Amino acid sequence: MNRPATGQSQAGKKPPNSMEMVRASLPKRYAREKRFQWYGRVAIGMALLFLSLLFISIVGNGYTAFQQTYVKLDVYFDPDRIDPSGDRAPDALSAGDYGGVVKQTLRNMFPEVRGRRDKRTLYGLVSTGADFKLREMVLADPSLIGETATLWVPADDDVDMLMKGHIDRSLPEEDRRLKDKQLAWIDRLVDEGRVEKRFNTTFFTAGDSREPELAGIWGAAVGSMFTLAVTLLLSFPLGVATAVYLEEFAPKNRWTDLIEVNINNLAAVPSIVFGLLGLAVFINFFGLPRSAPVVGGLVLTLMTLPTIIIASRAALKSVPPSIREAALGVGASKMQAIFHHILPLAMPGMLTGTIIGMAQALGETAPLLMIGMVAFIVDIPGGVTEPATVLPVQIYLWADSPERAFVERTSAAIMVLLAFLITMNALAVILRKRFERRW
Amino acid sequence: MKKTSLSAAAVLAVFAAGAAIAQSGRDYIAVVGSSTVYPFATVVAEQFGKSTRFKTPKIESTGSGGGLKLFCAGVGVQHPDITNASRRIKQSEVDTCAKNGVNDVIEVKIGYDGIAIANSKKASEMALTLRDVFLALAEEVPDPNGGEKLVANPYKTWKDVNPQLPARKIEVLGPPPTSGTRDAFAELAMEGGCKTFDWIKAMKKSNKREYKRICHTVREDGAYVEAGENDNLIVQKLDANPDAFGIFGFSFLDQNTDKMRGAAVGGVRPEFESIADGDYPISRALYFYVKKAHADVIPGMKEFLAEFTSEKAWGDEGYLADKGMIPMPKKERQKFASDAKNLTPLKL
Repeated sequence: MNRPATGQSQAGKKPPNSMEMVRASLPKRYAREKRFQWYGRVAIGMALLFLSLLFISIVGNGYTAFQQTYVKLDVYFDPDRIDPSGDRAPDALSAGDYGGVVKQTLRNMFPEVRGRRDKRTLYGLVSTGADFKLREMVLADPSLIGETATLWVPADDDVDMLMKGHIDRSLPEEDRRLKDKQLAWIDRLVDEGRVEKRFNTTFFTAGDSREPELAGIWGAAVGSMFTLAVTLLLSFPLGVATAVYLEEFAPKNRWTDLIEVNINNLAAVPSIVFGLLGLAVFINFFGLPRSAPVVGGLVLTLMTLPTIIIASRAALKSVPPSIREAALGVGASKMQAIFHHILPLAMPGMLTGTIIGMAQALGETAPLLMIGMVAFIVDIPGGVTEPATVLPVQIYLWADSPERAFVERTSAAIMVLLAFLITMNALAVILRKRFERRW
Repeated sequence: MKKTSLSAAAVLAVFAAGAAIAQSGRDYIAVVGSSTVYPFATVVAEQFGKSTRFKTPKIESTGSGGGLKLFCAGVGVQHPDITNASRRIKQSEVDTCAKNGVNDVIEVKIGYDGIAIANSKKASEMALTLRDVFLALAEEVPDPNGGEKLVANPYKTWKDVNPQLPARKIEVLGPPPTSGTRDAFAELAMEGGCKTFDWIKAMKKSNKREYKRICHTVREDGAYVEAGENDNLIVQKLDANPDAFGIFGFSFLDQNTDKMRGAAVGGVRPEFESIADGDYPISRALYFYVKKAHADVIPGMKEFLAEFTSEKAWGDEGYLADKGMIPMPKKERQKFASDAKNLTPLKL
């Protein structure tokens, strides 16, 4: 079985010797193969180890962000504070002193708290988001004014951190963000059943905020969607058309060679360069607005085009020539052969390439820094020309925020981004498995 | 080639739509500028956006210099309305502004920010003087053997600098030269220590350039580590390495008091009160600049200025103080609030 071909021809001269040589070298060769396999296994093991370390640290840091501490308040919607004029005009209702209402509620709950300083620390238990919540409720239903309602409002981020065990009670008082008095108040609220950890819907529905308990990922997610939509609308047709022309119609000459070399080179250009280009061309020359998804989409189109073109050309190449020849043979024009037969067969490969390009674009930050998409934006963007950020930029911004509670939100945002990326890549794999035909 | 012409049409349409919107005006305020002012400006913007009918202003963190460059590029909706700065505008920048038609600029000082030299609570406390800071971090220092001569910084431990300090290796993590925090640190801390040497101080008049070089140049032999603009990263690194010191804004120290301790400088600890009183030597003023030409064009500009300069924002107990900004004395607040209200242009 393992006897090499040369062994036979030399068998006449010194048959035992060459056989022995082969035999002698066999264990060594097997050992080498084994070793090589082990190198591979160790490499995979290391990769998995690092990957799991990464995931464990992100999930370990971030899973708590999906819960948020809420405090139950019995709020009296005081007409004197909310609507002093009494005419229930929306503008007047909007300007009402809702902060005062929340503060009055807290004072009623802790009547023993006296002194300006103590009161201030008391007000710090509840997020400023409570004021906004009350305003929204009153604007939606002015009949609430004069009524008392029980509602759950988000707690301040420091209280949230305490409830999640990120604040060490054993430290001396001056080393803690929460003072002894505040701890006592919180413990009383917990005993009364007025503090509860709930699923953090705000995180998935709100835009950015400087208060961790009010900050959400939705604004960035919408920004990402608009940006990717622009990218997809521009890069897919352009990429496929380029690939079809270069692969099927273009003559082979120095010009097409040059174009091909350039496309391959562009795929390797650092993405920040596209950002600089976008700043110079789209913003400074064409006067498109800064921080807008349309510019982000244009820049990312430049970045993903080479990927899509290269993948599409590979997909076109992999369609067997027999199909093209058969189509031409039964009288189809070149155009018909391409559009009726080759393109549909190449489409799964093209889509896979496109999805991978889109996933790349989704995770891209550097070029967006240059075109002003790194900005504090609270409102959810409503179109491609309104200011927006994207998911990876939101992660970058939160990672740089001083408040401790943003640490877990940063990790949670990374999880959301990873979920999007895994979904997109899984979609690419499914498309390939489902529709790809092998010959 | 239907697809190509279609996408060409799409590209054109996008440009046309974008340009149309850029010209037709903007219904939100655009703010750029300093990364030090960013955490404060964003809080005001959010309050403003949630409590008025106007849209929330968009705030980009571009650094003081970068912000002023964008701000001074011209008048019109494609240029920002407000820029934040962690230093005062320079004459050269005012000139650039004027050249591009940005004539009336309103200056609003919003408060102070201290720069802390902090280390982990795991290590012992250290009291420094500005002179210690200069000797530990300058590229060239006066010859330790005496005489009016400079030598390359020979100090390896804090004890070498000042016998009263512990024999710990000098290792300081701080911001890179592009940062406004670094500029302020060089100007206030390094120069402050530098001019305690009389012969160097005398140089300020005779050879200003050399004086600046001696006082502002930070050593590059590994004792000072440029840790990037991310102050959170510095805090994490200090926690892991108790021997090292970090240089960052007071607001980060304020949020991390359970892990970090600010070193006393000249006998004063970086605390809210000491910075507000001006006792703590390393603190600087924060500003923002407003384009007067935009005040009537962009909706909500005047209301935004009113929110920023209201007592509930920048007052002694305002929400900016909660975020770690040090308020100005009441008199100064009144002056700048009235400047903002009357849109009084800046005169340098």
